[in-house]
Amino acid sequence: MSFPLLTATAALPALGAVATAAVPAARRTAAKWLALAASLATLALAITVLVRFDPDGARYQLTESHPWIADFGVRYELGVDGIAVALIALTALLIPFIVLAGWHDADPLETGSRRWRPTQGFFALILAVEAMVIISFEATDVFVFYIFFEAMLIPMYFLIGGFGDRAHEHGEEAAATQRSYAAVKFLLYNLVGGLLMLAAVIGLYVVAGNFSLQEIAEARANGSLHMATSTERWLFLGFFFAFAVKAPLWPLHTWLPNAMQESTAPVAVLITAVVDKVGTFAMLRFCLQLFPEASKWATPVILVLALISIVYGALLAVGQRDIKRLVAYASISHFGFIVMGIFAMTSQGQSGATLYMVNHGISTAALMLVAGFLISRRGSRLIADYGGVQKVAPVLAGTFLIGGLATLSLPGLAPFVSEFLVLVGTFTRYPAIGIIATFGIVLAALYVLVLYQRTMTGPVKPEVSAMPDLRARELVVVAPLIVLLILLGVYPKPVTDIVNPAVKQTMSDVHQTDPKPEVEAAK
Amino acid sequence: MSTAAVHSLWTTAAEPISKIDTPKIEYGQLSPTLIVIGAALVGVLIEAFVPRRSRYYAQVFVSVVALCAAFAAVVALAAGGYGTTKAHIAAMGAIAVDGPALFLQGTILLAGLVGLFTFAERRLDPEAHGNRVDSFAAQAASVPGSDSEKAAVKAGFTTTEVFPLLLFAIGGMLIFPSANDLLTLFVALEVFSLPLYLLCAVARRKRLMSQEAAVKYFLLGAFASAFTLFGIALLYGYAGSVSYARIAQVVDGTVTDVDPALANTMGNDVLLLMGAAMLVMGLLFKVGAVPFHMWTPDVYQGAPTPVTGFMAAATKVAAFGALLRLLYVVLPGLRWDWRPVMWAVAIITMLGGAIVAITQTDIKRLLAYSSIAHAGFILAGVIATSKDGVSSVLFYLAGYSFVTIGAFAVVTLVRDAGGEATHLSKWAGLGRRSPLVAAVFAVFLLAFAGIPLTSGFAGKFAVFKAAADGGAAPLVVVGVISSAIAAFFYIRVIVLMFFSEPKAEGPTVAVPSPLTMLAIGVGVAVTLVLGVAPQYFLDLAGQAGVFVR
Repeated sequence: MSFPLLTATAALPALGAVATAAVPAARRTAAKWLALAASLATLALAITVLVRFDPDGARYQLTESHPWIADFGVRYELGVDGIAVALIALTALLIPFIVLAGWHDADPLETGSRRWRPTQGFFALILAVEAMVIISFEATDVFVFYIFFEAMLIPMYFLIGGFGDRAHEHGEEAAATQRSYAAVKFLLYNLVGGLLMLAAVIGLYVVAGNFSLQEIAEARANGSLHMATSTERWLFLGFFFAFAVKAPLWPLHTWLPNAMQESTAPVAVLITAVVDKVGTFAMLRFCLQLFPEASKWATPVILVLALISIVYGALLAVGQRDIKRLVAYASISHFGFIVMGIFAMTSQGQSGATLYMVNHGISTAALMLVAGFLISRRGSRLIADYGGVQKVAPVLAGTFLIGGLATLSLPGLAPFVSEFLVLVGTFTRYPAIGIIATFGIVLAALYVLVLYQRTMTGPVKPEVSAMPDLRARELVVVAPLIVLLILLGVYPKPVTDIVNPAVKQTMSDVHQTDPKPEVEAAK
Repeated sequence: MSTAAVHSLWTTAAEPISKIDTPKIEYGQLSPTLIVIGAALVGVLIEAFVPRRSRYYAQVFVSVVALCAAFAAVVALAAGGYGTTKAHIAAMGAIAVDGPALFLQGTILLAGLVGLFTFAERRLDPEAHGNRVDSFAAQAASVPGSDSEKAAVKAGFTTTEVFPLLLFAIGGMLIFPSANDLLTLFVALEVFSLPLYLLCAVARRKRLMSQEAAVKYFLLGAFASAFTLFGIALLYGYAGSVSYARIAQVVDGTVTDVDPALANTMGNDVLLLMGAAMLVMGLLFKVGAVPFHMWTPDVYQGAPTPVTGFMAAATKVAAFGALLRLLYVVLPGLRWDWRPVMWAVAIITMLGGAIVAITQTDIKRLLAYSSIAHAGFILAGVIATSKDGVSSVLFYLAGYSFVTIGAFAVVTLVRDAGGEATHLSKWAGLGRRSPLVAAVFAVFLLAFAGIPLTSGFAGKFAVFKAAADGGAAPLVVVGVISSAIAAFFYIRVIVLMFFSEPKAEGPTVAVPSPLTMLAIGVGVAVTLVLGVAPQYFLDLAGQAGVFVR
């Protein structure tokens, strides 16, 4: 038996979480370093996965399979395809930055009980989320996936509800109330989605008799497992609903702005750049593979929802007064692009969508983390409280600008490639939708540039005048992300090489081929 | 009645006594029950003869030994194959010794043992006049607030009778799911109900509430018993027998010979339907299913918390066991009649419990309504009418009972000057003050909510899977929706504990003795083990899924 690399990649942060949580109350700094070390070690393992993955090899690689709960037909089955590898790498890459960026976010203000250890809890929860996200990307057993998809909510919930920005315009008590409101909203939305998925998971078991993604997909492909059309559609809806809440897709998105607004910037990055990716990833892996016919049936509606997300998210982002809410609505708009790319059912669309997931993770992390640094300096999330920051803190302003430009998909930065691919992929099949979606880009330019203009340019506000520039720790967080944005913007081939074979497979699962270019078709 | 019938009755009664055989009792196979009842009798003698000072220790010792011995006997029987190949009906057809019976008896005994630990806890209340006190009244007979009560407290009296009462209740519960004729069923019902009524009444604090709860429980329980008894009479009139097997045969039509004395009633379907309905009603009352749930919140709130925990866990196990046997062994031929009714009961129980729980402000009442919702989930498994249905219910009950006892044990720890602080507002910020206790309670709440990696999820999945397999997909959907509703109020408590600011004069968390710690520890361990690695126990429940007929 070979070394269970995938299990190790997920188990390491889990162990790190336990170890971090166990650090005594007085040794907060040790807990932070421990968490950072665990996340870096996980990154090393994720890179090993990346290296050992052969894009042209079998569909699922590094597979592991052990019996788990035979009575439920559940096997502990892991395996990664190109899409999963890319997202695992993204997750493992972002967590060290999240840990570093949140270095002081959970330092206790007052000393509560001797046993009250918020710092240890904060970092342990982040690592726990990482472990569960990674194993969700790896699981090829629907049940295993479901378990971690759901269990992820609990640490996430405590991260949102338990830790927030230090400064709040209405004082600490109001902040706590709003935080717990946001946390509960997050949990209830996702729990309802998850429970409907549970019904569908049970239904899938009744129909298929086991939970193995490969077995079911194979049996569906060769016709040995027949699903009645209505059954397939109901099951698809059960799964899709959960993923659409997680992603989030309009009109199930309303938890995201609250959650991102109330949590600290690193946690907000964790939500939108890491956890939400599980939703869009699962659409690709589970919805399309298990229910190809129903996916095609639902495509028109989903595309329209995605389109609404794109335009609506962007419009609301333009209107926000709160920096974090603005980024949240921008993310909703971007998730619309991802979902659109997935369900356009073209290989450019789906490659673009996968690439988009990676790029969006990096660009949002850059923008949001810098925004977090900004907010922690001034103690306010309101755009109107800033002005002229670029004169006082040029590096901060510069990195903020690059993060913003990446968000609006400026050519030369990574998100441009993916957005372009998604739009091209959509346009070849659904030209009208592709055209309307481009408005999202225009609006993105508006909300990003207006945000930059209002906060960074203009006369220096007195409250901002003493603002220090980025510190060394903060630079360590931001600089690599920006380097990556530029690298992947100029040369995205390493990612697309890994992703493309998997996308091709998925396309063949749903029996789709790319439409021929019109010029060729006319010949 | 015709003359011939009267004559036959007369001559039967006048048969020579020599013809009655000595009943053949398989003492070994009944040993779990016999040990527990025997120990209960010893407990009564201890009350009579052992000096007051050493009674507590003697009672706890006897009870622990008895429960452990009885559990060992259950394990020995199961290992001897009585759960599978050698399953049969013992004691002249009165008691079934089979998989479900042994599994449930094992669960009840373990739950009873853990419950016993919480009964024996004496560190939570401050010492009264230099005597350690437990959760029970100094002298239950003295009027609350009276001089005699004060004198009893001053003298350091304790109600050590709770231990034999507990053992009697456990003894009855052991017979209840294994009863194989209706009379045994009824006797077992009374044997475990009467001690429970008494136990509800003997709280040390808030005695009036406790007594009120006991009276309510007793009155409604007496009604339910009357229904049960009436149902039994009607079924006897229909089948001419109280034996499960015989009634099932008459329902199936395999036995058609008519008892001359019952010529007018035998085979009359009206009697069958009414009798079955009344009998099931009595059991649904014990289970706490809507619309027979009215007693649950009041009794759960008023009873001493250790009793509530034990009752919520063990009664449910015993009553669901009996319900399963009744529906699967006696009334399978009536399946098409009872299934629609049970569908309706399950749906309103799931939804009703979950919805009403949202408005609760007292933690014990909240857990009461949650237990109602859980009864609904379990009913969904009962309705599956398959082997999977039985084993999923068995598994669910095993997981659920330990979560319940553990949760109520945590409730006993959170106290202020007036005893347990059960009002939810007082739990605000508990996570700040005692992170460990709050975290443990959060684990129990997550298990109640059915979050993956807890026993609650594995149980819920098993039950829903069985229901979906059995063609009850709409029930699964309702179950999932009510789980979502229920999740809301479990989460609300977690929010309160972790995200609310602690109140200035909030309750303190008492440091318990190792007994309660053990009870809570077992609860957490079982919750996590059944959640992460349920396979062994699912196998166990799967093997135990066949009723002997």
